[in-house]
This record gives sequence, C-alpha cells and structure tokens, in this order.
Amino acid sequence: MILLRLALKSLRSRILTVSLTVFAIALSVALFLGVEKVRTGAKASFADTISGTDLIVGARSGGVQLLLYSVFRVGNATNNVTWQSYQDIAARPEVKWIVPLSLGDSHRGFRVLGTTTAFFDRYKYRGGRDIDFAQGTQFNDLFDTVLGADVASELGYKIGDEIVVAHGVASFTEHDDKPFRVSGILEKTGTPVDRTVFVSLAAIEAIHIDWQGGGRSQTPISAKDVRQMDLKPKSVSAALVGVTSRLKIFTLQRWINDYTQEPLLAILPGVALSELWSLIGVAETALIGVSTMVVITALLGMIAMIFSGLNERRREMALLRAIGARPRTILTLLTTEAALMSLMAVLLGLALLYTGLFVAQSYIDAAFGLYLEITWPSRRELVVLALVVLAGTLVSLIPALRAYFLSLADGMQVRS
Amino acid sequence: MVASIDIKGLRFSWRGRTSFSLAVPDLKVAAGEKLFLLGESGTGKSTLLSLICGITTPSEGRLVLDGTNLPDLSASARDRFRAEHIGVIFQMFNLLPYASPLENILLPLAFAPNRKARVANQRAEALRLTSALGLNETLVTSAGTTELSIGQQQRVAAARALIGGPKLIVADEPTSALDATSQAAFVDLLMTQAEAAGATLLMVSHDARLANRFDRHLDLADVAQATRGMA
Repeated sequence: MILLRLALKSLRSRILTVSLTVFAIALSVALFLGVEKVRTGAKASFADTISGTDLIVGARSGGVQLLLYSVFRVGNATNNVTWQSYQDIAARPEVKWIVPLSLGDSHRGFRVLGTTTAFFDRYKYRGGRDIDFAQGTQFNDLFDTVLGADVASELGYKIGDEIVVAHGVASFTEHDDKPFRVSGILEKTGTPVDRTVFVSLAAIEAIHIDWQGGGRSQTPISAKDVRQMDLKPKSVSAALVGVTSRLKIFTLQRWINDYTQEPLLAILPGVALSELWSLIGVAETALIGVSTMVVITALLGMIAMIFSGLNERRREMALLRAIGARPRTILTLLTTEAALMSLMAVLLGLALLYTGLFVAQSYIDAAFGLYLEITWPSRRELVVLALVVLAGTLVSLIPALRAYFLSLADGMQVRS
Repeated sequence: MVASIDIKGLRFSWRGRTSFSLAVPDLKVAAGEKLFLLGESGTGKSTLLSLICGITTPSEGRLVLDGTNLPDLSASARDRFRAEHIGVIFQMFNLLPYASPLENILLPLAFAPNRKARVANQRAEALRLTSALGLNETLVTSAGTTELSIGQQQRVAAARALIGGPKLIVADEPTSALDATSQAAFVDLLMTQAEAAGATLLMVSHDARLANRFDRHLDLADVAQATRGMA
C-alpha cells in the first residue's frame, strides 16, 4: 500500500516525462484498438455488402468470381444466363422474388447495371437496410437512369442531366444515339451500389438492338423507333433470388446447379463473401502486425525512460535502504511505477479511441462507407489491454533489476 | 548497563579495482550513551556506519546491537533489524522530494511493524517530534519537502529517525550542511529528543567543535584502522 502511494507520488513528481511516456503508450494502444475496430468494421461492412438475398445465380464458373462480378462489379461474366433459363428459375415454386442483373456497359469508369425496379426494393445491405433515394425516383421511362451516390458526386450529376452509356467496360464507342436522363440519385450505402449506374433491363436491350457482333449495324434504329419494339432480353448476366422459406434455399440451389438445359451456378452470398474475405484477409494480419510493433516500441520507450532516470534516483534508493527497505522493495517500487504507467496508458488509450470514434464515426461512414460500431471493448480487446499492462510490468523488470543490484552495491551511500 | 553497540575483532575488506579493509578491534557503546566519533573522510567512516546498520557484512568478528549479532542474520533480517532498531540521519538529501515532510517522517514505520505499533497516533507523534525539534506544524503538514530549508530538512530527518523510538540513532555528518549557529542548536535538539526516547546516539563528524557536548568522544583513527591499496 505504502509502495503504491510512493510510486504514485514519485510518478507525479516527474509528471512531464511520465505523461509523455504514458501518452506514447496510450497512442499506440489507441492505434492498436483502432486498427482492430477498423478491421472488424471492414469485415462486417464487407459481409454486409449484400443481405436479404438468398442465392445469386449465374453461368457456371467459380463462386467467388460470380460474387465479384454480380455484387462487386469486378471482372466480367464469362457467360450469360439465357432468358429462358431465367424464366424457368423464376417459375420455380420456391422462388419468392428474382431480380435480373445485366452487366457489360459502362459510363466514365462506372459500371452500368441493367435491372428491374425490384432491385431497389430487394437489394439490402448492412443487415437488412434498404437503399434509399437521396433525390428523384426510380426509372419510369425506358431511358431513365438511377445513379449511385459516388457516381453522382464524383461526376457532379443532378436530376434531369443527360448521360451517354459507353459500350463495354473500357471502350470509346458510345451509345450516343440513345442518351439517358437521370431520374434518381441514391443515398450513400458503402457498398458497390454507390459506384453503379442503374438502367432498366429493357434499356440495355434497347441500346444494343441495332448492334451486331460488337459493332454498330448499318441500319441504325432511332431512340424513338426502339420504343415500339419488343425489348425482351435474350440473356442476363446474373440474378438475385429470394426464396419463400429459408428451408428451401438448398433445394433450389441443388435444382439450379443440376439444371440440364444450361450449366448454371447458384451460390449463397454469405459463403462466397467469407471465401472472398479469407483471400483479402491477409492484409488484416499485416495491420495487426504493424500495430503490435507500435505498442512494443512505446513500451521500449518506457523502459528507456526508466533506465535514464535510474542514476538520478540512486540517492532516493539509498535513502529507502537506510530506513529499512530491502533491495526487493526497490525492485517492487520500480515495477509498480511501470505497471501504473501502463495501466494509465491503457485507460487513456481507451479514452482516446472512444473519443475518436464518437467524433469521427459519422464522417468515416459518410466518406468511406465504413460503419464503425461503438461498443464496449470486446473480450479479445480486453485481453490485449491486459497484455499491454502485463508486458509493461514485465519489461520494467530489466531496469528494476539494475536498480536492485545498484542498491545492493550502494547501500546507504551512493558511490559515484 | 547493557551495551547498545558491542564490536569485537571486526574486520571488513573489499576488493574491486582498489582494495580497502577496515579493522575495529574493540568498540563498546552503552545504551543511552551519546558518542561522538571524530573522523575525516577516508578513515572508513561510511564503512563503519554501513556495518553498524547491517547494510554491509563483516568478514569476521562480532557486531552485537542490543544483544543481536548482526553477521548471524540473513540480509533481509538485517534490513528488518535496521528498520526496527536504527534511525539514520545523513548529511543531506535525507528526504524523498516527492513525499511531504509528514510522509517522510512516517515512512520508516512502513518497514517496521514494531515501531509502528508503538505509535498510537502517527500524525500526532510526528507533530510532537517536529514541534519539539522546533518546526512549526503547517510547515510539516502543508509545505512541499523541496520548499524546506536545509536546516528544516535536517530536523524532519531527525524526526524520521526518532519516530517509533528506535534504540539507536546513527547520524552521519548531520550538521555539515548547516551554518555554525544552527549546528549547535540542531545537535542540542537531537540530543534532547534521543535522551527523551532513551535512544543511544552515535554521531560521526569531521568537525571537532561539537564533540564536548557528547557524553564521550573518540577519534575514529583510534577505533578503526583503515587500509587502502591498489589491487
């Protein structure tokens, strides 16, 4: 008890160096916990990219690949699903709803997605959140388009603007004969929806109706004439499917995977997402590694500080010895000081983290679509914090042992 | 009368880059006696005090304090013995700068349960001692240790040595940092309080002027033979 009081008073008497050391450790702890928060937040955001969808259906390829092009708009579909197969799936009794996805075109680097208005009702993210319209409405006319939040903000579009869709993903040929009008702009979601240009499935058909084999045909059809034509698509890239009951998911999945007319693949989004995360999850290990190094560096700083203070404290130790303290008491005093510093650092680190979270949470969500939940420290985090205090105490044994031997040698007199 | 300090055939030697040895053939101090040891630096003064306080151990001989032969005790038992039986005053830097004067005075009690048990009201006893030593109460309770003058610090150190009534007070040049007029006053106060507590007082100094105030004074050179050499 007396040692604890002495340790506290001794620390207070060196307030400047002690607080700098504590602050350094606190920052490293806050960084470590922050990285941990971002990591779990990113993982959760990633897993929350799509929810409410039971199956994603596409041409047979790999699960991750299907997920990448249908949800993340990365890469391309190797093959399409014919409209007939799509109709067959839609007609299954297990299917509650189905939303077609038609990919292939782009607008100034953003992918164009042909779909139905049902997409805006069925696509959910972050545990069942709906996509909301920031402005305007979903497409009513054939050449209406809805823009994701990033598309609108980066390209500066507003309701009523005209945009032209380019053929293919990186091409210079444009469907400039059939411009679109912006009818709606979506709220930011933090998902690939933000970077997508939405048009109706019929519009995709309409802009390609006079194209043959990747080039414009000799007999163009005007935007006005195309409205009179049958715009039923021949195929789609993929489809999102909701089932009537969760119990039916596997029945339907098996039926689709065993479909004989065409090689198809149905995947569970959650499974494919965690498969994909395990691929990019290597980065999280690197992040943890770096922040661990920062914590270790800060603890080394504390050791250096204790060491540098030892010489000027020899007088104090000799005095303690003279009034009856054992060398072991000196050792305990120094480790107690280190333990107190580590403890204060951990508490300050937590305070810094939560202050930072409260201040920056909404900004991070808006800017990066990364939602960092403010919760009590997890068990894992508490273990890490306890380890920091323990490590701080343990490493302080090095200077404390030095002090122990110094005080044995010095006795009551400091020999210099 | 029982001897407070009884040294016989004591030898200490230390070898490092230089060698040093000290021999104390015979030294007896009676309980309650006030003994002045006159010693220049280099005469083995610090070593003798370290031996008496049980911080260093002799290579041979007897060193009996109040009936306990210190060399027989383990290192931690000697630390405990020192805490319980000896109050030490140094020339300077007597106090922990970060603790208050009052806390400094009470600090030895944390290491000495028996001394602690003898003090019913710690604060009152500390204040009684300091007021007897001529320190005013607010200085002890409210001032920071570093705000005190050297003379005031030495009195706080004296109170710390006296609290809980240890049998032996060892003072190592306690007055060297004081000016001439306060030296005598300090020694008188220290003697009065040691006497009141029934403690033996052993003071070592290089300044012979204070010697005749003590019951007995000895020249350290007559008591102990120190030899130095290169190893």
